Amino acid sequence: MLLTATVSNPTEARTSALERASVAVSVQGVDKAFRMPHQRYSTLKERALHPFAARSFDEFEALRDVTFEVKTGEFFGIVGRNGSGKSTLLKCLAGIYGLDRGRVEVSGRVSPFIELGVGFNPDLTARDNVLINATMLGLSRKEARAQFDEIIAFAELEEFVDLKLKNYSSGMAVRLGFSVAIQMDAELVLVDEVLAVGDAAFQQKCFAEFDRMKAERRTILFVTHDMGSVERFCDRGLVLERGRVADLGPPEQITRTYGELNFGQLPGVADLPPSDEPVRILSAWCETADGERSTVSRQGEQLIVCVRVAFARELLDPEFTLNFRNEARHTILVASTRTLDEPTGRFEAGENVTLRFAFMNRLAASRYTITAAVGEATRGFEAYGRAEDVTAVIVQAPHYTGGVIDMPFELELERS
Amino acid sequence: MSVDTAITARSRPSALGGDLRRFWSLTYTLAATDFKLRFFGSALGYLWTLMRPLLLFGVLYFVFTEVVRFGGDIKDYPVYLLSAIMLFTFFSETTARGVTSLVERENLLRKVRFPRMVIPLSVTLNAMFNLGLNLIVVFVFVIASGITPRWTWLELIPLIALLVLLATGVTMLLSALYVRFRDMQPIWEVALQMLFYASPVIYVTEALPDSIERESMASPLTAVLTQMRYALVDPTAPTAADVIGGAARLLIPLAVVVIVFVLGVWVFMREAPRIAENL
Repeated sequence: MLLTATVSNPTEARTSALERASVAVSVQGVDKAFRMPHQRYSTLKERALHPFAARSFDEFEALRDVTFEVKTGEFFGIVGRNGSGKSTLLKCLAGIYGLDRGRVEVSGRVSPFIELGVGFNPDLTARDNVLINATMLGLSRKEARAQFDEIIAFAELEEFVDLKLKNYSSGMAVRLGFSVAIQMDAELVLVDEVLAVGDAAFQQKCFAEFDRMKAERRTILFVTHDMGSVERFCDRGLVLERGRVADLGPPEQITRTYGELNFGQLPGVADLPPSDEPVRILSAWCETADGERSTVSRQGEQLIVCVRVAFARELLDPEFTLNFRNEARHTILVASTRTLDEPTGRFEAGENVTLRFAFMNRLAASRYTITAAVGEATRGFEAYGRAEDVTAVIVQAPHYTGGVIDMPFELELERS
Repeated sequence: MSVDTAITARSRPSALGGDLRRFWSLTYTLAATDFKLRFFGSALGYLWTLMRPLLLFGVLYFVFTEVVRFGGDIKDYPVYLLSAIMLFTFFSETTARGVTSLVERENLLRKVRFPRMVIPLSVTLNAMFNLGLNLIVVFVFVIASGITPRWTWLELIPLIALLVLLATGVTMLLSALYVRFRDMQPIWEVALQMLFYASPVIYVTEALPDSIERESMASPLTAVLTQMRYALVDPTAPTAADVIGGAARLLIPLAVVVIVFVLGVWVFMREAPRIAENL
């Protein structure tokens, strides 16, 4: 953590440089709808029999009034749930789809690729496929041949050059596609979901490549579902939801909005049904450091879990516990008032209280469900009231380490 | 901001694009790949391209010289039959494969921005590769039959050019329509079969009844094949102008070619912007 935390100055320099930069992409009020006929009349007979019926169709509005600007040299993330219009937006920018309304202005040469390995043919060798793919992306045949060795070397597929692509693993094919794509010297690069495949070593290489593109101040529009890479690379981003811009801003804000869109429907603040337990947990929710309710928490920031409790009878020094389980249902963290030095005190019958547990969030990126319980602290733990999975929180982190928690550490290196 | 590309509701992905070099290298790459792929893994490879017209030739030759005894009185009938089959094969192959070409290239059309016309043109170019190779066989056959080379053989170049123009026009027209009407393929299959018999491939124009001999020349295929017979096979055969009754009237089949081509380009240009969405 310490190792990466020392780059704040270059970041500031980059931010101020971006503020001064010119606009590379300007999207103004773009609408795009697809017509989806109730029944597709695709034969002449049907059309002849129902000459007017064909006019009944549903309009599916893939993009609605999308407006944003991207500065030259900016790494711009586009996130959103499946079907929210991300790929349509990219295709509109690339000029594959026409617009229904609005205006897109692009300065600089746009890379025409949206997906990796377009035009790859399983029956051809890697050599032929690279030449075709490179031609599709805008190189001449001569240029493609000249850069061939470099492409293969980057993909680390030298031994498999003359192997047919159908004998490649899917990860190898993606590597090949990525290697071709980065050879294009486009000023504006449109990238759709590239990091989903590929092994860890190659992903690392892709990251390095992104860093290089960033350093070269190429403008990159980057569609992804991986919030980690949004936070790692993007200067800014936008969230699409049902074709509208749901949010536009710095990466932390974007990943939070995205998390809320995905998981916001969790029983975060819902009142629980009454029960005849001596202590009832009414509701629970999470807050950020500034007191706003949120279903998303960023690693390294304060996470506050609030629990509202109603006492049906008088209790002395009850124990309050929170139990965090990750997606694998492993208990990752238990916070208990038993570990505090002071007792919790006396609670009257009919009293309602709100507890706020404030954590410094060191959890790894995942979704955690929280179980709250109130019990007897003296011997073992006898629960007076308990609410399983009463709320949940999405933890977002800039890195994925593979562990269940991320501890900050300092590194000392001694060479003997 | 210096705007290099502005896309508005009115501008659409174009049929032609502005970069001719890229246009050509794409067309060539697609055509060459198809050529390579077509016979990939088959032991005889390219020979199969040749086998089809040659086998057709063998069958027709047998039927029309041995069974129906039709070709016997036509000078160098086998040579004519073979060359006519090769030319017609070029036309039928281009158009038949062209109809479905856009739909088959769906993955490219939906994912990369490139001039849409590349696709039908690559089909034509691919068929031209085949025609080129087939013509070698034709010439071997012609010379083996004892026909002496003549300057009129050069007439084949404009004749083939007309055929290319016609086939490209039809391909563009049909491929664009096929995106919306999937019946185009079966319709064109039948139409090709009719055209095969309506054109002088297995017969020559003189064999037609006098009443329709002249009218049949309105078809560019008939005119091209008739002229080919005079130019390549038999200098004593009537030229296309002789059959239609005057060189001026040759403007009719020529006009048909131009109209089909212009119509094809027009329809294609009109449909091109929305091809990616309608697929």
